[in-house]
Amino acid sequence: MIHSLFLINSAADIFLEKHWKSVISRSVCDYFFEAQEKAGEPNNVPPVIRTPHHYLINIYRDKIFFVSVIQTEVPPLFVIEFLHRVAETLQDYFGECSESVIKDNVVIVYELLEEMLDNGFPLATESNILKELIKPPTILRSMVNTITGSSNVGETLPTGQLSTVPWRRAGVKYTNNEAYFDVIEEIDAIIDKSGATVCAEIQGVIDACVKLTGMPDLTLTFMNPRLLDDVSFHPCVRFKRWESERVLSFIPPDGNFRLMSYHVSAQNLVAIPIYVKQNISFFESGSSGRLDITVGPKQTMGKPVEGLVVSIHMPKVVLSVNLTATQGTQKYDTTTKVLVWDIGKLNQQKLPNLKGSLSLQSGSPKPEENPSLDIDLKIQQLAISGVKVSRLDMHGEKYKPFKGVKYITKAGKFQVRT
Amino acid sequence: MSTNSLSYNDQGGVDSAVEVGQETTPTSSAGAAFGLFSSDFKKNDDLKEMLESNKESMKLEAMKRIVGLIAKGKNSPELFPAVVKNVASKNIELKKLVYVYLVRYAEEQQDLALLSISTFQRALKDSNQLIRASALRVLSSIRVPIIVPIMMLAIKEASTDLSPYVRKTAAHAIQKLYSLDPDQKEQLIDIIEKLLKDKSTLVAGSVVMAFEEVCPDRIDLIHKNFRKLCNLLVDVEEWGQVVIISMLTRYARTQFTSPWREDANFEENNASFYDSNEERKEQSNSDAPYIMDPDHRLLLRSTKPLLQSRNTAVVMSVAQLYWHLAPKHEVSIVTKSLVRLLRSHREVQYIVLQNIATMSIEKKSMFEPYMKSFYVRSTDATHIKILKLEILTNLANEANISTILREFQTYVKSQDKVFAAATVQAIGRCATNIAEVTDTCLNGLVLLLSNRDETVVAESVVVIKKILQTQPTQHSDIIKHMAKLFDNILVPMARASILWLIGEYCDHVPKIAPDVLRKMAKSFTAEEDIVKLQTVNLAAKLYLTNSKQTKLLTQYILNLGKYDQNYDIRDRTRFIRQLIVPNEKSGPLAKYARRILLAPKPAPLLESAFKDRDRFQLGTLSHSLNAKAVGYLELSDWPAVAPDQSVRNVEVAEQIKEWTPSLAKERSVKSDDKFYSDEEAGNGSPNNSSEDGKSLSSSEGSTSETENEEETTSQSGSGNSDESEHSDSSQSDSSKKKKTKKLQQKKKPKHSTKESDSDEEDDNRKAAASSPVVSSEDSSSSSSDEGTSQSDSDSGVHQDTRSKAKAKPKVVQNTEKEITLLDLDDFAPDPQISTKSSMLSPSLLSDLDGLSLSSTPSDIQVGSLAFPMKSHELLHRMTGKGLAAQYHFPRQPCIYGNGMVAIQINLTNTSDRKLENLHMGEKSGLNIHGFSSIECLEPDASALVSIAIDFKDSTQAANFQLCTNDDQFRVSLQPSVGELLLPVTMTEQDFHKEQGNLLGMNETSATVPMTPENASSQPISSKVVTVANMAVVPSSQEGIVRFAAKLASSGVLVLASVELQDASAQLRVSTEKAVIGSMLLRDLKTALA
Repeated sequence: MIHSLFLINSAADIFLEKHWKSVISRSVCDYFFEAQEKAGEPNNVPPVIRTPHHYLINIYRDKIFFVSVIQTEVPPLFVIEFLHRVAETLQDYFGECSESVIKDNVVIVYELLEEMLDNGFPLATESNILKELIKPPTILRSMVNTITGSSNVGETLPTGQLSTVPWRRAGVKYTNNEAYFDVIEEIDAIIDKSGATVCAEIQGVIDACVKLTGMPDLTLTFMNPRLLDDVSFHPCVRFKRWESERVLSFIPPDGNFRLMSYHVSAQNLVAIPIYVKQNISFFESGSSGRLDITVGPKQTMGKPVEGLVVSIHMPKVVLSVNLTATQGTQKYDTTTKVLVWDIGKLNQQKLPNLKGSLSLQSGSPKPEENPSLDIDLKIQQLAISGVKVSRLDMHGEKYKPFKGVKYITKAGKFQVRT
Repeated sequence: MSTNSLSYNDQGGVDSAVEVGQETTPTSSAGAAFGLFSSDFKKNDDLKEMLESNKESMKLEAMKRIVGLIAKGKNSPELFPAVVKNVASKNIELKKLVYVYLVRYAEEQQDLALLSISTFQRALKDSNQLIRASALRVLSSIRVPIIVPIMMLAIKEASTDLSPYVRKTAAHAIQKLYSLDPDQKEQLIDIIEKLLKDKSTLVAGSVVMAFEEVCPDRIDLIHKNFRKLCNLLVDVEEWGQVVIISMLTRYARTQFTSPWREDANFEENNASFYDSNEERKEQSNSDAPYIMDPDHRLLLRSTKPLLQSRNTAVVMSVAQLYWHLAPKHEVSIVTKSLVRLLRSHREVQYIVLQNIATMSIEKKSMFEPYMKSFYVRSTDATHIKILKLEILTNLANEANISTILREFQTYVKSQDKVFAAATVQAIGRCATNIAEVTDTCLNGLVLLLSNRDETVVAESVVVIKKILQTQPTQHSDIIKHMAKLFDNILVPMARASILWLIGEYCDHVPKIAPDVLRKMAKSFTAEEDIVKLQTVNLAAKLYLTNSKQTKLLTQYILNLGKYDQNYDIRDRTRFIRQLIVPNEKSGPLAKYARRILLAPKPAPLLESAFKDRDRFQLGTLSHSLNAKAVGYLELSDWPAVAPDQSVRNVEVAEQIKEWTPSLAKERSVKSDDKFYSDEEAGNGSPNNSSEDGKSLSSSEGSTSETENEEETTSQSGSGNSDESEHSDSSQSDSSKKKKTKKLQQKKKPKHSTKESDSDEEDDNRKAAASSPVVSSEDSSSSSSDEGTSQSDSDSGVHQDTRSKAKAKPKVVQNTEKEITLLDLDDFAPDPQISTKSSMLSPSLLSDLDGLSLSSTPSDIQVGSLAFPMKSHELLHRMTGKGLAAQYHFPRQPCIYGNGMVAIQINLTNTSDRKLENLHMGEKSGLNIHGFSSIECLEPDASALVSIAIDFKDSTQAANFQLCTNDDQFRVSLQPSVGELLLPVTMTEQDFHKEQGNLLGMNETSATVPMTPENASSQPISSKVVTVANMAVVPSSQEGIVRFAAKLASSGVLVLASVELQDASAQLRVSTEKAVIGSMLLRDLKTALA
């Protein structure tokens, strides 16, 4: 399946290569560089590239291209999903997945890759199994290792590998038993010029941080499970019980994991927390334009809107801006042509406003289209769809865990067309 | 060996050459950083020294640095001897790093690599399974042909290892050995065959992978493992799932007959697409109705839950399985999950959108409701935008075209010009595909001609040209308009297109055409080649149609062309001149000049780029590239006649263990699916087919099995004894009919299967339950019948349990085990039994309930439309420490008090000890009428109890405790809003009157898109009644279905009506309780959609 993997940085340097079958020359990456050049932006590089003898399937993540070499037919999503899993594992091990971190920990990365694939077929991708095989680096451990000469590599087969719950390792112990759940919802919306909603939907995830001793069996119940239209689960969730009772019943992995992600049906009207009044115009003569944006609250369910950021991808002809904001800071990056207005917390009494003039490259025609605004925001303590966790029960262990649920609403791909 | 090493050295040579090349031109930063390594002889000596030192830590340090070199792609083969010495090291990390090195360089240093082999052979016998496994991994990864026999031996041994992890490694090693030496195929297949039988979920994925790589054509190896793989599938690790699903897709296409025949009628748009297939099939087996193989159904059912997987590859592979294998109307269940994947990473989106694009060509209806999910955002990557555009265009139809065009308007203005141009093309496609909007689109495109961006303008001209070609006559004004714009358009392709248009339709624009030619003559020399060619063309055409005005101009242009720099243009000019200008040399062709130049040209077809992608299996690399990838395995066509299905039967002992429960599941699913179509219930039953193939003895088997059913047993029992018996007992018509059928069944085994089908059994039970008068008699007769059947000596085992049931009507022994033993020789019916035995108790009790209810007023006893009883879990057996509880709503008026909702709870003891003193503990909040305590519940026994709860017309959950002697379990029971209702009979007039009173605030309504197969009153009423306990109001109007009910607690009326419009239905719910109304509306909406 997966023959080789090359990690390439944005300067087109191959800084790591790993082969699971016989060695393939790194010159195969030339085809990739060719495609990259053609695409211009890294995001436009086609994920599947065909070369005379191989197929290159690549992902772009954290400014690194993961380029895998394939020789025979394989579902492309299989490879893509695996590459993302590699990136996530690296992130999990080192806190971030960047070139410098990978270079610093090249031996561990190599050991990990060796464990994750055998002959190109995934062998162990569960993070907790890997962590038993190859211990993540900590300062303390590396010090101990240098003194005692002990190693980072586990000597026995992780218990999870053989059990029916491969995601959990045996013999977990905590002094403080706690289980936290974050219900995070993102609003994806397109708002048109007049302020009407073109399309809007809510995507939610429940991220969990479970630190419980032993083998707890948890049951999470919702007040209104019917809201959830489409769901996908961590493998630990018992699907049958969800089907019959709409509760999440599971033996949790240890530590941080994504319990489920869901989609709230499009039929339900989505509350749009803010409105944007905008007026961007470019003048035919004088190579200038005007910009006037006001943001106000719409349906916030009485909660404050925070972290409000408006970013605008300006047309290329906009040379500079001369704007004043009544609240927050604004910055125009003349190379990327992105105007970012960081508002912060939305003041209900005095609505934030950004106003001023734009100066265009003289001589060039005025832009066809007004730029669209991308909105970012955050509302604490609120799940905008109304999803609510009603209770969390634990079975199988005697102690009483500390439980908590947090709700956050964020803007996902929230775009206002102008 | 020598040949092999040669080939490898070849590769190695290229390799090192490249690397040398790279090293000689290091980038400035790398040069500084790696300078130490590149002047490396000394450095590597240093490493060698470290490796040869006595200190473990030194060695480890050295190995780490060497691995660092490998990772960077630097060569260090000269260290091989020094490194290999450490292969037997005690330090496990050091050992692992040595393995990494060894695998990397063994191919180049084969002789030295052999030194390490004995270490691995020793490690293969280690007691630690991880060490055994990793030894096998490395041994099999060393690509040295001389050790093939050793590898083979090791794999053989490992494939019988006790540890599944080692067996998994063995499965991987098979592929490695095969790629090293394909001659070993036969022996390897034997091992694969053995491993395929493995029951561990850990092994399944890897061995199927090996199967796919080594012998994908040996379908016969799969037969015996098919059912096991289906059943294990959910528990296999995610990567294995993908491989197994894709293998099973191929398998199914060779083993089952096509399920697509009957559904073809439902398909709207693609009818033409399937026509050819259709006819062929019709001819081949038009005589027999389609019956889905139970194994085919099993496959579909066992993959369905995986749609909820977090792994996008798994979801996609299930989606392609449904696309290629499921009956056409079932495919759409994958839609939601595919749309969900669009939230994932960019690369995932790309692949999923490609597949959706292919699917949406054939089956628009799947994605139409999700159209908005494909709206483009300005931040999407260009290839994503274009794919979304493609899908939107595919989805466009008369109903949604205006919305789509409005979206397109925004896209056309996009700053991403590639995308804007693609949008213009998409508009063109919409215009040709949907006749209603052709003019609108054309006008829009004409407006775009004044766009400032030339790529957009050019694209518009090209598209307009294509559209006009399909209907040139009506659009001479557009041609005129384009001629006017001609001066401002600079893109050569667009100019050429306009010239071509004018030339082609010069008779529509007789005045303008010569003028354009005049202008072109002036600027000819400055034009691009393509424009020049079209100018020559235009001149020739005009010369033929209007030689009076254009003769001189044409000659002038031809003269210019004659001396052009481009030989194409000189060529063309020469040709045209000979063709059109009459002189003595002109040959016979000149006569036909008019016919050659002004021949009617076929209009171009504007098609999707994904039109022919469906020749590839979805989700594959080949599909993504639209080209056959190496190793792509074609999906075969469905066989006309299904191969023998008995090949999948497994030996008796195994099969009971393995697939009884699964089939039991199938039964229940089945009855949900096919519940309402009576004729299908018999035909569609999976057991039917299997039983058909059986000898007469199966008829006996099925009789004995039917005896296990509550009603049927009693009746057939009476039928057995004699006729007079049941003519004595006053029975309703329906049950009489049933009996005559039963008698027939004795003669016709085929009927017996039909009878025993639980669907019908359900049906009867429900009929009995909802008409208390009948059921009371029924049950009384059944009790009398029981007497007779007891005297019957045929079925001793069952009677034992029956008498027990009689003594303690509410506690029924689970008889599954005994029955399976009885039916060992024909396995197909036994799953039926297992469900029946659990069905037994509710039916008995509902009869009893019916008895006590015979006095309740009859106005509520309507809505006799049967509904599938859905049971919900109250207490899971894991949480209940062996006590499991399930509840369902029998939908009968409650005997305990007005305003309460009756609920039945089925308590099962799954533990191995007795549960004593089962009772209801502390209740909270709502008024709950509990059940009297059960003294003792045997292991494996179950009991059915009735409770009643006054929910006070809200969907608030009722919480209470289930207590045993030792434990208390807190449970919560939440009704759906539909269960809070009691059906009410009403005439149509009353309904109108009541609905008239409930307008404004009291009314909620919604529009639901309907699939054509659901768009009739029968499926609508059944769907509504499944969700809500409502009565159907007899209707005189076609296309409107009305339902009436009242709230259990307050008695407030709840009315609902569904009005069918062509592709959708208007749903209206009227009630004073607005909250109930809106909740009900939502439930109905989801049920109908």
